Amino acid sequence: MTTAEIKLTAKDFVTDQEVRWCPGCGDYSILKQVQTVMPELGIPREQIVFVSGIGCSSRFPYYMETYGMHSIHGRATAVASGLKAARPDLSVWIVTGDGDALSIGGNHLMHLLRRNFDVNVLMFNNEIYGLTKGQYSPASPFGKVTKSTPMGSIDHPFNPLALCLGADSTFIARSMDRDPIHLREVLKRANAHKGTSMVEIYQNCNVFNDGAFEVFTEKATKKLNTLMVEQAKPLVFGANSDKGIKLDGFKPVVVDLADVSVNELWIHDEKDQVKASILVRLFDAPSDENTLPRPFGVFYTEDRFCYETEMNAQIAHAIETKGAGDLDDLIRGKNTWTI
Amino acid sequence: MKTEIKSDVVILFAGDSGDGIQLTGSQFTTTAALFGNDISTFPNFPAEIRAPQGTIAGVSGFQLHFGSVEIFTAGDAYDVLVVMNAAALKANIKQLKPGGIIVANSDGFDPKNLKLAKYPDGVNPLKDGSLEKFKVYEIDVTKITRIALADSGLGTKEMDRSKNMFVLGYIYWMYNRSLDNSIEFLKEQFKKRPELIDANVKVLKAGFNYGDTVEAPMHRFEVKPAPVAKGTYRSIMGNQAAALGLVAAAQKSGLTLFYGTYPITPASDILHELSKHKNFGVKTFQAEDEIAAITSSIGASFGGALGVTASSGPGIALKGEAIGLAFMLEIPLVIVNVQRGGPSTGLPTKTEQADLLQALYGRNGEAPVPVVASYTPSDCFYGAFEACRLALEFMTPVFFLSDGYIANGSEPWKFPAAADLPELKVSFAKNELKEGEAFLPYKRNEKLARPWAIPGTKGLEHRVGGIEKENETGNISYDPDNHELMVKLRQEKVDRIADYIPLQTLDNGNEKGKLLILGWGSTYGSIKTAVRDAIAEGLDVSHAQVKYLNPFPKNLGDMLKNFDKVLIPEINNGQLIKVIRDKYFIDAKGLNKIKGMPFSSDEIKEKIKEMLK
Repeated sequence: MTTAEIKLTAKDFVTDQEVRWCPGCGDYSILKQVQTVMPELGIPREQIVFVSGIGCSSRFPYYMETYGMHSIHGRATAVASGLKAARPDLSVWIVTGDGDALSIGGNHLMHLLRRNFDVNVLMFNNEIYGLTKGQYSPASPFGKVTKSTPMGSIDHPFNPLALCLGADSTFIARSMDRDPIHLREVLKRANAHKGTSMVEIYQNCNVFNDGAFEVFTEKATKKLNTLMVEQAKPLVFGANSDKGIKLDGFKPVVVDLADVSVNELWIHDEKDQVKASILVRLFDAPSDENTLPRPFGVFYTEDRFCYETEMNAQIAHAIETKGAGDLDDLIRGKNTWTI
Repeated sequence: MKTEIKSDVVILFAGDSGDGIQLTGSQFTTTAALFGNDISTFPNFPAEIRAPQGTIAGVSGFQLHFGSVEIFTAGDAYDVLVVMNAAALKANIKQLKPGGIIVANSDGFDPKNLKLAKYPDGVNPLKDGSLEKFKVYEIDVTKITRIALADSGLGTKEMDRSKNMFVLGYIYWMYNRSLDNSIEFLKEQFKKRPELIDANVKVLKAGFNYGDTVEAPMHRFEVKPAPVAKGTYRSIMGNQAAALGLVAAAQKSGLTLFYGTYPITPASDILHELSKHKNFGVKTFQAEDEIAAITSSIGASFGGALGVTASSGPGIALKGEAIGLAFMLEIPLVIVNVQRGGPSTGLPTKTEQADLLQALYGRNGEAPVPVVASYTPSDCFYGAFEACRLALEFMTPVFFLSDGYIANGSEPWKFPAAADLPELKVSFAKNELKEGEAFLPYKRNEKLARPWAIPGTKGLEHRVGGIEKENETGNISYDPDNHELMVKLRQEKVDRIADYIPLQTLDNGNEKGKLLILGWGSTYGSIKTAVRDAIAEGLDVSHAQVKYLNPFPKNLGDMLKNFDKVLIPEINNGQLIKVIRDKYFIDAKGLNKIKGMPFSSDEIKEKIKEMLK
């Protein structure tokens, strides 16, 4: 990819379309961060494509002054796979939600991740169906009272990032709408990763599921309940960074840094799949007693071949060994006879 | 021994699906083609990969019709029935002509096989006189094959695998054909195991020599070359032809062919064929499901590739929503439906033409899609190519319909030179905007097609989607008047394709008359044969085969009105007839067969006679 000739700014990524999310929706912040980060990536606008499915988040492409497709429910991942296979030169971004990606599009998400197309997935998770006006989603907690579950949901929810790791995702990260700096950093990391970058973004739906993540996002509770992981740094959290996580075998335990030295803490290593599998499982409901904090940041990265690279390599190899295809030879086949 | 001259012969090779029947049949086909006969073939295999041995459900067949005259179908009834076991005889004897020949592997009629074929205890059809009206040649193929290979060092199991070569050799003798082509084939096939080349060639020759030396009063036949048009030919199956047509369209348009698909009978062979041609830059993508198959193709088309997806009825049903998306995006996409018996899972390995209405109407909202249907195996090349042309020229999804009969059937093909195929001009939109001028992704040209502006084109960044869009700008619009305008515009775009397709021609018969047979798709050969024979008998009947099913050729209505009666034979419960009656207000009659099998030409001829009474 070539560097943009003219220095672009966030404004260059704003379209003339009126943004139609509800006032106060977390999507506004995410849009802002994406538009802010884009000029820093050095990718010309025309090389960028945003593909979405259906849902509130999937309106996103209309607001990005790049190429874009608002496709059908759950299929953005599959559309993007074909696009990337046909055009490996493009920077492809998938915008989806917890319903779009995990429910109707669950199948495609798994297969995108294992094939490892070099694309970025931004999954806005608000643990609710917004566009259809408030039904529970596969990420909603057990017992959740919604329009379709007046007595509470009896679905056990997905742990989205554990699911993605199970599908051999090569980049797993979590961020949130209310932490712009963190989100921008994660977006940059996602772009830099070669392979499918899976970014879960906690996003507040202030109309149908207000405050679902507030313990992680509000100042008063954030430090106690979140764990910001950074490469090669110990896992520290707490109001005064006074707590840490230590591994007791494979079991993470919270320790008080008054009692335990920082050197004994779990050191974050995003190349370690075993540690990543523990990290994604730090998924306690914050309301429970003695919970572990919820991690944010880049959990896991892995270098693995990308589908489109291998596809092109096979084509190059076929041309090298058989010569570029000759249409007459193909039509003629091996056996002919003349009358 | 006498040699009898025949103008055409229908042979059915039948046995267990593990008996190598398809190979035997296709070998005889190539040899007959090389000799200059006209040919049509049709394989018939069980739905199960390895159905229980020796049972009726496990019978695999390969039907071959060859002649010194023009051949249009794989034949109605058999002249020769080659059966490897009792089940194969039981399953097919009904279609053997009186006086026909049965070549039976007697080893396949032992008590065990008779029981598996569900003959009553103690009954052996080869012995009980029930086959009196046929000529029966019993050969203990297993025994002779084993004797021939006694010194080969092969195990019994491996020896027995060559049984089909004995039968092939014997049939070559019967029709006085050279073994050369098959020997060459075996050398290639078993390149890595020379001992198997020797064994198979030995058994092939043993079969031929058996005919020569045995004392029984066996028949030989002569089928002279057919007076087909001069030129160079190859043998082609429909699925293979469709694959080549797609590659040709990609080459002629200068685009990358992206083929997103999910395996399904009987369409998978197109994937198998295309995946061999990566040196043409073909990108085949075996998706996780039917929906990903089509949506990945849509993504590829959005990126500027020639996106193609394929399936059969059940898979097409799953693709419905995405076809609507491609229709709204107005981007090129070809959807191949190799039809099979339905509904639901239906009859996966049997043929049917029951997805026409699905192709025409099977989507939510008003989403007309052009439909092209091929009518012979080799026509699948041109049909697939034409579907690509329409998709690219009109920026629309296009259906290409084939079915199990022509997809798996084969015929000789006087193939075209690449240079004689039309160029498919594609011009991606360029940025020719003046300062301050906005790009209008839904501004249409004289064909009502919108520009294809692909990512990477600076200044033409735009967004598309499935939501209704404002005319010209493509922005989301819920305006009532705009919606009506857009629905009508999209309809008109498809309707206007009629100005850019060939007029309907008659295949045979007078331009005006008592009866027109209007067919579509794979019924062509049966109708062609029936009409040819009926005309020879002095009947006033004509034949037209419609290839463009949406929109119809502009002159079709006038053509229909030149006949007192119109008959529409279909391998379904009446689908084209609904559309024709609706559009042209004529009292067309239907002839419908829903048995998972093609029409016999006699069935059509009888109906012609009945209607002209």
